[in-house]
Amino acid sequence: MADVALRKVVKRYDDVEAVRGIDLDIADHEFIVLVGPSGCGKSTTLRMIAGLEDISDGDIMIGGDVVNDVPPKDRDIAMVFQNYALYPHMTVAENMSFGLRLKHYPKAEIKARVTEAARLLDITDLIDRKPKQLSGGQRQRVAMGRAIVRNPKVFLFDEPLSNLDAKLRVQMRIEIKKVHQKVRTTTVYVTHDQVEAMTLADRVVVMNKGRIEQIGTPNELYHKPATRFVAGFIGSPAMNFIPCRLEDVGGTLQIRLTDRIAFALPPARAARYNALPRTEKLLLGIRPEHLTESHAHLGPGVESFDTVLDVTEPMGMETLVYFGLDGTPVCGRVDPNAGAKDGAPMRLAMDLNNMHLLNEATGVVI
Amino acid sequence: MSSVTIDKAAPTRTVKLGSMSRDRKWALRWSYFFLTLFAIFSLLPPIYMLVTSLKSSAEISAATNPWWVFHPTLENYVGLLTSNQFLRFFLNSALVSIFVVTITMLISVPAAFALARMRFWGSATLATGVFLTYLIPDSLLFIPLFKVFAQFGDWTGIQLINRWYVLLFIYPTLTVPFCTWIMIGYFASIPKELDEAAIIDGASWFQTLTRIFIPVALPGLIAATIFAFTVSWAQFLYPLVFTTSTDQLVLPVGIITTLIKGDVFNWGQIMTGALLGAAPPLIIYAFLMDYYIAGLTAGATKG
Repeated sequence: MADVALRKVVKRYDDVEAVRGIDLDIADHEFIVLVGPSGCGKSTTLRMIAGLEDISDGDIMIGGDVVNDVPPKDRDIAMVFQNYALYPHMTVAENMSFGLRLKHYPKAEIKARVTEAARLLDITDLIDRKPKQLSGGQRQRVAMGRAIVRNPKVFLFDEPLSNLDAKLRVQMRIEIKKVHQKVRTTTVYVTHDQVEAMTLADRVVVMNKGRIEQIGTPNELYHKPATRFVAGFIGSPAMNFIPCRLEDVGGTLQIRLTDRIAFALPPARAARYNALPRTEKLLLGIRPEHLTESHAHLGPGVESFDTVLDVTEPMGMETLVYFGLDGTPVCGRVDPNAGAKDGAPMRLAMDLNNMHLLNEATGVVI
Repeated sequence: MSSVTIDKAAPTRTVKLGSMSRDRKWALRWSYFFLTLFAIFSLLPPIYMLVTSLKSSAEISAATNPWWVFHPTLENYVGLLTSNQFLRFFLNSALVSIFVVTITMLISVPAAFALARMRFWGSATLATGVFLTYLIPDSLLFIPLFKVFAQFGDWTGIQLINRWYVLLFIYPTLTVPFCTWIMIGYFASIPKELDEAAIIDGASWFQTLTRIFIPVALPGLIAATIFAFTVSWAQFLYPLVFTTSTDQLVLPVGIITTLIKGDVFNWGQIMTGALLGAAPPLIIYAFLMDYYIAGLTAGATKG
């Protein structure tokens, strides 16, 4: 087990920079998830840590040693691939022990390790089967078993759950978390699924266009996003962004969303945003769960307004409502019993205590 | 009204179903018709050979029904199988084919692995080039190749022409490019993650080839082996050009040169020789048929 560090790591393919100088410190035992849309450089970063891609610039350190020129087999890492990459002609046990056999481990130790890993992953009964006789979830377990038996310094997961159906994905997600709680190996996990990222990670690294947008715990990213990209990427349904501007009315700072709708900011928010130029083009970032049905007694900082709903989506425990504010589509989450109907008027409440204000041009959260 | 529409719809559906199965029936009939036609077409020559091989010379030249044996005899078989000459041809053919298959596999499997997986400068061009060399016909190559071996003999004093083993140098020019090409296709169909997993597991390139690629691409390997064997067993032009002494001849050339004397054709023995000569590839096909079919189709899709 070891810590991993990336220092100004760059990957260039001819003229294209896939990874543009990223810095990242991963502590020992930590579970880090790299998340981002396709083409953001997350898989390339993982493959560079694995040694499957050369790095164009910078340093990668595992356990304090620079491994830039160390071949994958000497980095003491194990990797789980999206399509499992099991050796089709070998049994489960042979698949899991292949690495150990190549390193000429004693037979007794190989058997002990394979048995232990199989027990941990609950695949003891499958040990003599070939991969083609296994289901997707079982194959993924074997792929994890192959990583575990090596007892490496670092686990690398490259979108391991993308090939599984939705139900199995949730199940395997919990499996992976359990396994990590037991073996405590430093883990770098790549996914494009923000739910996977939030649920698994100690810390999430959000990547976009070859750069790191933000690093933080799942809660930090959710409640204190640094940029519009992170704010929009983390959370489902995504955060609403509504064009707005600040104005002073009778000594209080107001935020104006449309000609009709303007709210006084709560005192803490007003103090934070007071220095901003009133002409600046801003975006109000508000999550759907902070746009709910209105009540008779609204708390401080919660403002109500009337709108006409375009579409409603009953989800069971909640109903998603969609409406427009001066042409900007907005999503809210209301109680299923609040009486939301397609095309009907509704009074909604916006919780400004949980608002974010973004600079429209730069996308930075103020 | 609604009952009327249902009544109308029901018969249309049955007619449609019926016509579908009728289409299918006709498709089956036609395919059986053409398959039978094709079977007759391809089986007639070997049957004729078998019939003729069981006749005496007198019966062959007699004006009787050529498709029937009136006085069956094994004299042609006995004659050939007790002739040292014929056994020599057989041995030469076997030696040449076995060595050529071995040499071909030893060259083309690593070559295909390198071209398919180790991306190096010019590897794609080289892969295409390998295939292009296969497209040069042997009828174009045999004269320059003859000159090469003649010159080699002049310079070094090592005489290769008119030795059966000269064919070991020549046949690979036919088999290596094609087998390499086949194997490139198979290796390319193996998912990239498989060798990456092997590399991370600590395998060297050579171990990845021997412990992962060769077992996984076994059907392709067998297809390539069968191809190489068939080519070397049946090759006619090169041995005709490069070997002349009776003890150096391989089977196809041996039968032609020793059993046709001027304008006298020993048909009985020619047919027997050809039949016996066709046996080894047939036996190999029969044993490896399943693998061969799997091999022909497996490379087509990522599976």
